[in-house]
Amino acid sequence: MSELDGVPKPEELLKIDYQPPRKGWMDTPVNFKPGTYNYPAASKNHKILELPFPREWSPMEEDWKLPENWKEIVVNGIAERLSKYRSFKVFMDICVRCGACADKCHFFLGSGDPKNMPVLRAELLRSIYRKEFTAAGKVLGKLAGGRELTPTVIKEWFYYFYQCTECRRCSVFCPYGIDTAEITMIGRELLYLLGLGINWALEPAAKCFMTGNHLGVYPHTLKDTLEFFADDIEDITGVRVEIPLNKKGADILFVTPSGDYFADPGTFTCMGYLILFHELGLNYTWSTYASEGGNFGLFTSHEMIKRLNAKIYAEAKRLGVKWILGGECGHMWRVIHQYMDTMNGPADFLQEPVSPITGTKFENAKSTKMVHIMEFTADLIKHNKLKLDPSRNDKLKVTFHDSCNPARAMGIFEEPRYVIRNVCKEFYDMPENTIKEKTFCCAGGAGLGNDENMEMRLRGGLPRGNAVKYVQEKHGVNRLACMCAIDRATLVPLCDYWAPGVQVTGIHEMVANALVLKGEKERETDLRGEPLKELEE
Amino acid sequence: MTFIMSIMLPFIIILFLLLLVLGVVSYTHLENVFGIFIPYLALAIFLMGFLYRILSWAKSPVPFRITTVCGQEKSLDWIKANRLESPFTTLDVIKRLALEVLLFRSLFRNTNTELNEGPKLIHWSAKWLWLAGLTFHWSFFIILTRHLRFFTEPVPFAIQFIDKLDNLFEIGVPALYLTDALIVAAITHLFLRRVLVPKIRYVSLPADYFPLFLLFCIIGSGMFMRHIYKVDLIKVKELALSLISFRPALPEGIGVLFYVHLFFVCLLIAYFPFSKLMHLGGVFLSPTRNLANNNRSKRHINPWNYPVKVHTYEEYEDEFREKMKAAEIPVDKE
Amino acid sequence: MYDTGKIITGLIVFLCLITFPLWYDAFTGKAATKPEPKIITKEKQCVEATPYMRDSHMKLLIQWRDRVVREKMYSYKGSDGKNYTMSLTKTCLNCHSNKQQFCDQCHNYVGVTPTCWNCHIIPEEKS
Repeated sequence: MSELDGVPKPEELLKIDYQPPRKGWMDTPVNFKPGTYNYPAASKNHKILELPFPREWSPMEEDWKLPENWKEIVVNGIAERLSKYRSFKVFMDICVRCGACADKCHFFLGSGDPKNMPVLRAELLRSIYRKEFTAAGKVLGKLAGGRELTPTVIKEWFYYFYQCTECRRCSVFCPYGIDTAEITMIGRELLYLLGLGINWALEPAAKCFMTGNHLGVYPHTLKDTLEFFADDIEDITGVRVEIPLNKKGADILFVTPSGDYFADPGTFTCMGYLILFHELGLNYTWSTYASEGGNFGLFTSHEMIKRLNAKIYAEAKRLGVKWILGGECGHMWRVIHQYMDTMNGPADFLQEPVSPITGTKFENAKSTKMVHIMEFTADLIKHNKLKLDPSRNDKLKVTFHDSCNPARAMGIFEEPRYVIRNVCKEFYDMPENTIKEKTFCCAGGAGLGNDENMEMRLRGGLPRGNAVKYVQEKHGVNRLACMCAIDRATLVPLCDYWAPGVQVTGIHEMVANALVLKGEKERETDLRGEPLKELEE
Repeated sequence: MTFIMSIMLPFIIILFLLLLVLGVVSYTHLENVFGIFIPYLALAIFLMGFLYRILSWAKSPVPFRITTVCGQEKSLDWIKANRLESPFTTLDVIKRLALEVLLFRSLFRNTNTELNEGPKLIHWSAKWLWLAGLTFHWSFFIILTRHLRFFTEPVPFAIQFIDKLDNLFEIGVPALYLTDALIVAAITHLFLRRVLVPKIRYVSLPADYFPLFLLFCIIGSGMFMRHIYKVDLIKVKELALSLISFRPALPEGIGVLFYVHLFFVCLLIAYFPFSKLMHLGGVFLSPTRNLANNNRSKRHINPWNYPVKVHTYEEYEDEFREKMKAAEIPVDKE
Repeated sequence: MYDTGKIITGLIVFLCLITFPLWYDAFTGKAATKPEPKIITKEKQCVEATPYMRDSHMKLLIQWRDRVVREKMYSYKGSDGKNYTMSLTKTCLNCHSNKQQFCDQCHNYVGVTPTCWNCHIIPEEKS
């Protein structure tokens, strides 16, 4: 496995020492170990997005070329955010350090680094808050849990706020609901004020800003790609699907993460959407401008979320659709569900979503006017609108990974399971403490799914990988289903490493494999071009 | 901050204060200070501080509805939504918060993860923290409530009833309160896990040990007074009533231990608003717990929502028009 | 979103709760009452010194009970050197014969309900 060069073997990686060091954490400086940190954002991306202090710098160097008044910038930045976010202010004040969150973080479980305990990750920032904003901290300093803001602290922030995938698992267990994602998001905003970002988050954001999607796919390339999928679909099913693009007067705007039309196995899910919509005869459209459902702004700053997300409503308005349908994506749905309407709404130019096939009103989406495709498809199946042949998925033994954001931001648990159970025969959930609201992250979300960070990803992937391995050994599971584009990219190396033999799939790939189309030919292969049944030995 | 520092510093402070109050009350005649002045001062600090804290939190808006959802959302009619873990209405939210505040729902979920051979990560259910936390808080609350017998005249029936329940088993005379026994056990557990569990010890600050020691002193002096070194309760109540009717009068000869108890209680309530103990108020204001998961059906307003720089469709089309036309993608301007 | 209304309501409820004794006593108007135990004394001196009796009579009584019931001992030597019969009815109630005006005064004041009268008969009041 060439991409895993430099990553220790699982046996090596598993020698995890959960014993914290003797020295206190404030006196333990950060150590940038290759494979566990992310490369800084290229200055061109800062420039495209007009972010301050674009420059070339390296975490490995002593001097990070911080702006002269960096300290003032950070302190003012904290003050501003304290006044804007009650979450931040309350979370800075009320932690009792009970430690319930400590072993809930996948990065802590995989690395044993105590600063990956959510409580300590927050203390990295909280200690500065105390020193700068509380009377006790100002006077007593360390004794009151405060510490001096130094460049070392900034380096520590950069390392550890990019060792958090904002998965929010810790906030499920916290007795006060302290959400480390809030703290990480604000920590990252503060770093961006100093021109410190990571390229794997900022480049997609810059590309998304300019071309409409994270991967920088141009409009004509998007069309070519989708046409190419249509060719493949025709080869496999004998049915030609249409590709409506930027179509004015469509009923529904379909938005999905660009990962779905960019790389396997997401592409198969994308083909799944095309097949489903064709079979339904849906009057819908793709958009080249709003060609991204995901939002790497979420991994950058609140302002960036809004800047990138604005396209979706703008395009829906321009095309004059009735409502919006969203594809299988994780963090996209955190943004759609929890931020979009507030930031870029109200969407009063749209109509309350109604399924044109079943007539079901999606009451739960009546304000945002955007429906999750799993809600849409589950409703279709419930109303018997799809002719399904689950035996076409007979070679699959499936388990389901609840992606962090749809799980803990939306609570969409039963819809995907209902769909999966209807399109395949063997479905096994992973152990209870690793699914639904307690699901473990793929460890590659929030901008961390890059290759330079591979060791940390695989470490963080241990809890998820281990749970997959459990059902693999117990039930012979060979397919890990998920509804998230980042998952479809990151779970692949994760499974190869921790549970070899398990492949990753989107749900609509399985739907399309099972879906019997009008006028289709006898299917010999699945969408991957592999035989429908395992060859008998 | 090393462990020794974190734990010794509050220990020394508390020890010093203990000796101070013992010495002062025994050898001088400053009972007025400890019996009247400090309680009023502490109460004033508590009230002002508490209000200030809550209002300063309230001053910052909740820009986004960032509920942490822990159960099935309300979506399609035939899928049963979990209204407690994924509240949809304000009533649901109240229920969820009540469960959180009264029964520590989130802590009840606690697991303990172990890495075993295999490798196998095992996530055990771990309820001890929940049990100790819940026992501590409820005991504290009941103890506080039954102290009202010193502040009310005549003692309301409900308070007498709670008192009676609390010494239901009539162990010894005066009877051992159940909550006294429970709170000692619970707080000892909380203290020991902080000291003995390496992870927790590593994150603990002086501010974590200080309230624990303070509580040990309060509980200890309280129980000592009841069972061993007695004080004159009639006078205690006379003092308490005089304080709350704002006609402070200090009866002679209450007993020095009482002043220790009272002083540490005053310290606790004065320290309260400026410490982590404010989680009492904070838990109600936590946006991940006190908001409904109805984001897509009801728009949440951010008071500071401001316009941002976006890349408009017009700009986009200007850039890609030729390519789009060549690929027969519809454009707005030919 | 600020939810100011809800927060203020919450604060008011909280303040009302923690200031309960204040308005309760203002309402009953009895904050200044003090217990006035009346003793119809035949003897000048109790079995032990008054401050001790005030703090610890319950301990003495339970000790008496145990001695009498479990060990069949009936005589108690007070610190003044005199011997007393260990009996609530015969010794204590001899002087403190008025439960309402003696025992209840303080017991009610601090909300204590002793278990003496579970077995012993409440003496007739002679005031």
